[in-house]
Amino acid sequence: MSTSTLDFHDPHAHGGDAHHQHHFATMEQQFDTSKIGMWLFLVTEVLLFGGLFVGFGMMQARYPQEFLEAHEHLQRPLGALNTVVLLISSFTMVMGVLSAQRNDKKKLVMYLILTILCACVFLCVKYFEYSHKFEEHLLPPRWYQAQPGDTVRDAAGNVSHGYGTFFAFYFMMTGLHGFHILVGIFLLAWIAIRANRGEFSSKYYTPVDLVGLYWHLVDLIWIYLFPLFYLIK
Amino acid sequence: MANTLTSRGKIADHPRPEVNYLNASKGIWSWMTTVDHKRIGVMYLVGVLTAFLMGGIFALFVRLSLLNPKHMLFGKVLMSAETYNRVFTLHGVIMVFLFIIPSIPAALGNFVLPLMLGAKDVAFPRLNLASFYLWVIGAVMAVCGMIFGAIDTGWTFYTPYSTTTSGTVTLMVMAVFILGFSSIFTGINFVATVHKLRAPGMGWFDMPLFVWGIYSTAIIQVLATPVLGITLCLLALERVFSIGIFDPKLGGDPVLFQHFFWFYSHPAVYIMILPGMAIISELIPTFSRKTMFGYRAVAYSSVSLALLSFIVWGHHMFVAGQSQLATVIFSALTFLVAIPSGVKMFNWLGTMYKGNISLETPMLYAISFLLLFGIGGLTGIFLGTLSTDVHLTDTYFVVAHFHYVMMGGTVIAFIGGLHYWWPKMTGRMYNEKFGALGCVLVFIGFNMTFLTQFFLGSKGMPRRYYNYLDQYQPLHAFSTYGSWVIGLGMMITAVNLLASLRKPYDAPDNPWGGTTLEWKTSSPPIEHNFEEQPVLERAPYDYRPEPVAH
Amino acid sequence: MEWLRSLMLPPQGSQFAGEVDNVYMGLFWLCGVLFVGIAAAAIGFAWRYRYKPGRVTPHQTHNTTLEIVWTVIPLLLCVAIFFWGLNGWMKYAVAPGEAMEIQITAKKWLWQFEYPDGTRTANEIHVVLNKPVRFVMTSEDVLHDFFVPDMRVKHDIIPGRYTEVWFTPTVPGTHHVTCAEYCGKGHSDMQAKLVVDNEADFQKFMETGGTEWEDYKMKPAEWGRIQYERKGCSTCHSIDGSRIASGGPSWKGIWGKMEKMNDGKEVLVDADYVRESMMQPQAKIVAGYDPIMPTFQGLLREHEIQGLIAFIKSLGNNPNGGPPAPTVLSLPPKPAGASGASGTTGTK
Repeated sequence: MSTSTLDFHDPHAHGGDAHHQHHFATMEQQFDTSKIGMWLFLVTEVLLFGGLFVGFGMMQARYPQEFLEAHEHLQRPLGALNTVVLLISSFTMVMGVLSAQRNDKKKLVMYLILTILCACVFLCVKYFEYSHKFEEHLLPPRWYQAQPGDTVRDAAGNVSHGYGTFFAFYFMMTGLHGFHILVGIFLLAWIAIRANRGEFSSKYYTPVDLVGLYWHLVDLIWIYLFPLFYLIK
Repeated sequence: MANTLTSRGKIADHPRPEVNYLNASKGIWSWMTTVDHKRIGVMYLVGVLTAFLMGGIFALFVRLSLLNPKHMLFGKVLMSAETYNRVFTLHGVIMVFLFIIPSIPAALGNFVLPLMLGAKDVAFPRLNLASFYLWVIGAVMAVCGMIFGAIDTGWTFYTPYSTTTSGTVTLMVMAVFILGFSSIFTGINFVATVHKLRAPGMGWFDMPLFVWGIYSTAIIQVLATPVLGITLCLLALERVFSIGIFDPKLGGDPVLFQHFFWFYSHPAVYIMILPGMAIISELIPTFSRKTMFGYRAVAYSSVSLALLSFIVWGHHMFVAGQSQLATVIFSALTFLVAIPSGVKMFNWLGTMYKGNISLETPMLYAISFLLLFGIGGLTGIFLGTLSTDVHLTDTYFVVAHFHYVMMGGTVIAFIGGLHYWWPKMTGRMYNEKFGALGCVLVFIGFNMTFLTQFFLGSKGMPRRYYNYLDQYQPLHAFSTYGSWVIGLGMMITAVNLLASLRKPYDAPDNPWGGTTLEWKTSSPPIEHNFEEQPVLERAPYDYRPEPVAH
Repeated sequence: MEWLRSLMLPPQGSQFAGEVDNVYMGLFWLCGVLFVGIAAAAIGFAWRYRYKPGRVTPHQTHNTTLEIVWTVIPLLLCVAIFFWGLNGWMKYAVAPGEAMEIQITAKKWLWQFEYPDGTRTANEIHVVLNKPVRFVMTSEDVLHDFFVPDMRVKHDIIPGRYTEVWFTPTVPGTHHVTCAEYCGKGHSDMQAKLVVDNEADFQKFMETGGTEWEDYKMKPAEWGRIQYERKGCSTCHSIDGSRIASGGPSWKGIWGKMEKMNDGKEVLVDADYVRESMMQPQAKIVAGYDPIMPTFQGLLREHEIQGLIAFIKSLGNNPNGGPPAPTVLSLPPKPAGASGASGTTGTK
């Protein structure tokens, strides 16, 4: 028995379940532990974004008028479209987990692929939004180019830094979120490949469940990001 | 197994097994790919001690340079102002991020926590190894940052200095970002382990207090470190793309950085001190051979310190430009921290009362801790009080205060814990006399070095100063002499511990008469920790002679 | 206990210092007693209950009453200390309205002070004994911190923001100002002198306008250009020949010219004429302009007037230089009997 290497499975001691790690007494304990770990990780993710949300709030308090005007430069329909796309992907993810629990390998793979497709659509839309921002120089303060509707200016007619700050946060927060989507696509693809190999069943679907949790969090963060940036009042 | 100490401890009734976790598999590869928490703990130990050595050498240079106001040594200027700024920054960054934060949780905690719980491993062994490698990557990046440039920002990275100064700040900040994720993953691992892998029969209030301390620490690691991560990301983006969040020239706010930074770094102080307190809570009952007085109070105080640590960050910023209302609120909240700290102190003393106290090296460290942390904690009251803080903040008073807490507290506890579990980790006993000598020298040297700094600070000597007024010279010189005594004590301690490794295994299973589960297995432990799943029969720290039913 | 206080803390320079020191000393004694208690217990128990083979220890798991007592008493103590500190701090949270305002601009690695009348000094401030003084501070680059140990005040200086600090100096003499927020290479060299003057000495200081002018002693025209910006000349007089609406004549090229006045006379623009125009602007009015200039009598110091004259000369287009203008800045000659306090040009 060699447990001091990466080969950690110990099929002899536990009735042959290949996924059972030796330091857990039962599969149930192992599943619960994984879930706790994942939830804790999600908490750190929330706090990671939380820092940016707080920063956004403080800067919005500093530049209320600029933020209000700057958000008009965003393309609200595209943001709304992405929200719908992610909501659909959350639904397909739930269906995927459900299929795993029901031992339905074909449906599991199908739902996972659908989820990946939604994620790709999201990123495409994001790409068009970003390139529009770059064209219009809707960028952080150093590169921000004054737009006709921007009213907050100093005596010399220079536009306030608040507009650029809005876009600094826009790019950081949606960028970090986009990065999470990208990571999610890789995770989903990995799960889909494993599912296609038939590794999951109603007895063991922990990875599907955990990636599902991750995916729901990424969706949830967007649900907060969308009104934050696109629907300022 | 003839050892003078074993007469007090219980020797296992089985012979020492041939195969243990150290010799179960051989070769460097078997270590690098290990998922055994004990080996990972040992690797962390080697890593953090190397960092401690580096940080310590930088500290000795800082003190040496301050020996006289002209920085003259043998007729030459030892270092310029730029070099001085870099050296104290490296001392701070290395000690805080590479040494103290991972020292007790990642090195000792990794080794001891699963043993104490009667578990075979931590919840996620592979994640544990990943944390270790993240630490290595972070450390390598930090060292690269030192070699291929330098940073002179201080360990706090305050903007806008850190966004405008030259040097490898971006690399260093990214190193700290990665170290942060190492810390987060360790925290997640420990929380899950404590929740799910306790031995049968072990309820929450049957856990050793070390586990409570590490558990509270892990909660802070999980909740606070992401905010540091995002803050450092923003700082790096600011340097590379001038996004302008912290840059007043681009409409940003430098004080916002301080809020973000301290939202992590104040809890980080508890990431550092809680495990230290946790070790002391093991040492005192064991060496007093008496049950922990007020076990629940100590356990609750760990958790409440962890929670309080999140709402007091503003006390670093009384004069930094936060609103006056915030300053008052933060001052009031800060005083609350004194309560659980005091409760712990009283309970430790209450445990010693009517004990049967033997003064082996770990207990000497525990008593050092009580005295030094006592001073560190009490001087914190001066800094929490509004009117005195205005005068004392940003002076040597603060430097002395946090060294009393961080070094007099955490480092002393860490070394005490290292001596306590050394027989378990290595299977060898060290020389008791040299161990005690090292402890006493460190204690004396420490007070020489840092007690003087309270006076320097009260007199108005600001921190991070290269040049200083001649009037401070005698105190500075005395402080420097003290640092040499610490260095000597540390050297004796290190040589003493390392020398023990040359001997064959001679440690009994339970050299100190400990009651927690890690003493129930062999020294060093076997690969899977226990021959069979231990079941908790007695609560920890039960020193009554007859076994009682649990 | 005064010896103990002065052993630990710097001299007291303000009323604030006395109050801070009282809290400090109170905490010192309180913490001293607590520490001695902890140390006595730790060392005492270790000695009294030192190891004896076979001794059985009592199984004391807890004592609720005792534990509540040692939780509640420190809590009450902390509440009391908080309010004690708060009380001292609140008194100094807001500056009194009559305080003299001094602007501080900190930069790497220099202190610049500006008085209400525009006088500037570097690395040296003069304040009046027993009169409150308020500092409004900002930074041009990174964070700095204005720290006067003798006054027990300290506050960060933040770029892009204004922060404030105030005190009432109660001890005459020189006190030390030091930067307490790390700002790079010259951080520890960022020192300044705070001189607490009595009323008379302060007046003398204000007459000479600090020491900044001495840097320009040999460059009067440059000093004049600085005054042109600072004293508001630039709002009415251009230096490029253009006419500012409802203002005065441009200074460009007027030096040594015969200027036509509104009473028809022609006047040579030289040092005397320029000086007269500043002190009694209504005496002669250039043809085509309104008599709208206010007098600068008492608002300009001698060296500033000299500087402005030299500056106007430097704007002239006279190949031979035109009428003479000051080439060295100096203080006005002292009236007979006055003691030469500043000493630069004091007559004996």
